Amino acid sequence: MNKLIVSSSPHILSKNSIQRIMLDVIIALMPALVAAIIFFGHRALVITIVSVAAAVLTEAVLQKLCKKPVTVNDLSAVVSGILIAFNLPVSVPLWMPVVGSVFAMALVKFVFGGLGHNFMNPALAARALLTVSWPARMAGAVWTQPGNIDVIGIATPLELLKAGENLPGIYDLFMGNVAGCLGETSALALLIGGIYLLLRGVINWRTPVTFIGSVALISWIFGVNPLYSILAGGLMLGALFMATDYATAPVTPKGQLIMGVGCGVITTFIRLFGGYPEGVSYSILFMNVMTPLIDKFTMPKKFGGVKTHA
Amino acid sequence: MLLRTLTNGIIKENPIFRLVLGMCPTLAVTTAAINGLGMGFATMLVLIGSNIVISLLKKFIPDKVRIPAYVVVIASFTTIVGMFLKAFAPELDKSLGLFIPLIVVNCLILARAEAFASQNSVLHSILDGLGMGLGFTLALTILGIIRELIGAGSIFGINVMGSAYEPAIIMILPPGAFLTLGLLLGLINKLTVKSSS
Repeated sequence: MNKLIVSSSPHILSKNSIQRIMLDVIIALMPALVAAIIFFGHRALVITIVSVAAAVLTEAVLQKLCKKPVTVNDLSAVVSGILIAFNLPVSVPLWMPVVGSVFAMALVKFVFGGLGHNFMNPALAARALLTVSWPARMAGAVWTQPGNIDVIGIATPLELLKAGENLPGIYDLFMGNVAGCLGETSALALLIGGIYLLLRGVINWRTPVTFIGSVALISWIFGVNPLYSILAGGLMLGALFMATDYATAPVTPKGQLIMGVGCGVITTFIRLFGGYPEGVSYSILFMNVMTPLIDKFTMPKKFGGVKTHA
Repeated sequence: MLLRTLTNGIIKENPIFRLVLGMCPTLAVTTAAINGLGMGFATMLVLIGSNIVISLLKKFIPDKVRIPAYVVVIASFTTIVGMFLKAFAPELDKSLGLFIPLIVVNCLILARAEAFASQNSVLHSILDGLGMGLGFTLALTILGIIRELIGAGSIFGINVMGSAYEPAIIMILPPGAFLTLGLLLGLINKLTVKSSS
C-alpha cells in the first residue's frame, strides 16, 4: 500500500549543509594561510590556531552554559577564528586573537542568537574592537618585513601610498611579499580561494566584482593606480570572504550589487580622505548594518505580482 | 512605608538598571569611577532639591504649565550645584564639563517631579529623591568602575592592574559605555527574572 505523504514546502532539498559550506570556506582560506606562513613564518600558524581554538571554545562553552544545543560542528566558529587571525599583524601578542575571538563569538554572534542572527560580521567587529582598543598594536610600527619578521616598523603599501612614498612592485603585491595583516597580503592566494568558492557556488560574483570594480574605478578617477588599490590592503580578503557572508549581506541579487558598490565607495573614500590608511573593514561593517534596509527595498516582485510600493 | 520609598529607587526601581532613565549622562560621563560618583551626587542634590520644592508647590502650579514650572525649579538647583562644583571641586567640574548644566534636561529628574513629587508629601519626596539619587549614583559608579578598570587599568585613579596590563581604550570611549551598560542590564535582568520566578 502506497501512502500519500503530504508535507509543506520546500520539497526539493539541496545537499548543501552549513557544515559543507563552511568547510568549503575553510578550504578556500587555506592558500592564504599557506602564503601567510611562507611570508610571516610559523607564528602566523600559531596565531591562527590560537584564534580558532578561542572562537570554538567560546561558542561551545556559552552554548553549554545556556543549555542550548552545541553547534560547533557546523564549523562556522572555525571560519570566524581564521578570519580574525587573518585581520591581525603577525607581531600581535597571543592574547589579542583570544580577546578578539571571545568578543566576536560572545558579544557579536551569541547574544544576538547565534549563527545567522548576528547583525554584523563577527571577525570584522573583532578587528574593529582590537583596532580601537590597542591602536599601537594594530597599526603604525607593528608591521614586519615578510620573510624576516624580526624586522619591524615596515609600512604597508597603503601607508606608503598615503605618505606618497615609493611603492613595492606589482608582482610583490600580487604574490603577497609586502607588509600587512596575516591573511590579506597575498592577492594570488585569496583569488585561488575565491575562485574555488565561486565554482562551488558558495558565493556569487555580484558583491566581489562590484566591490573591487568600484574601488578600482573611483581610485582611477582620483588619480591612484587602480591596480595598486585593488592589490594593496585587505580588499581581496574583504570582498571575497567577508562582504559575502550569508548572515550579514543582502540576499537579493540587486541588493548584493548595492552591497558591493557601497563597500567600494566607502573603502575608497576612507583610503583617500579618511584618517585611516585602510577602510575595507569599516566599509563592510557599515554595509552590514544597512543590509536589512537594502533587502527590504530590493525585494524582487513575486511571479505575477504587482509592485506594492513605488 | 517610608523605608520602602527610600529603597525603592536604589534597587527595585533603580533609575538606570530598571527604569532606564537619564541615559545621556550615564553613557557620557562614566569614563572613570570618580566621574560617575561626582555626576551621581550632583544629580542627587538637584533631584532632592527639586523634589522638595515641587512637592511644596504642587497645589499652586497650574496643571497646564506644570512642565515649564518644573524645568524652572530644576534649572535653579542645577545652577546652584554647578556653581558649587566650580567653587569647591574645579577638577571634577572640568571633567564633567557640559554634563553638569545638562542635568536640567535629565529625564530622571523631570520624571520624578511629574510622577512622584507632584503627588506626594514633602517627606516622601525627599526620601524618593534620596533613594533615586543613590540608585543613580550607585549605577553610575559601578559603570565607571568597570570602564575605568578595563579601559585604564585603575579604580578611582589608583592603578590596580599592574604595569604589564595594556588597557583596552575602547572601554573609556563611547562604545565601551554601550557595551558595559548592555551587559549589566542583561545580567541584572537575568538575576531578577530568576529571583522573581
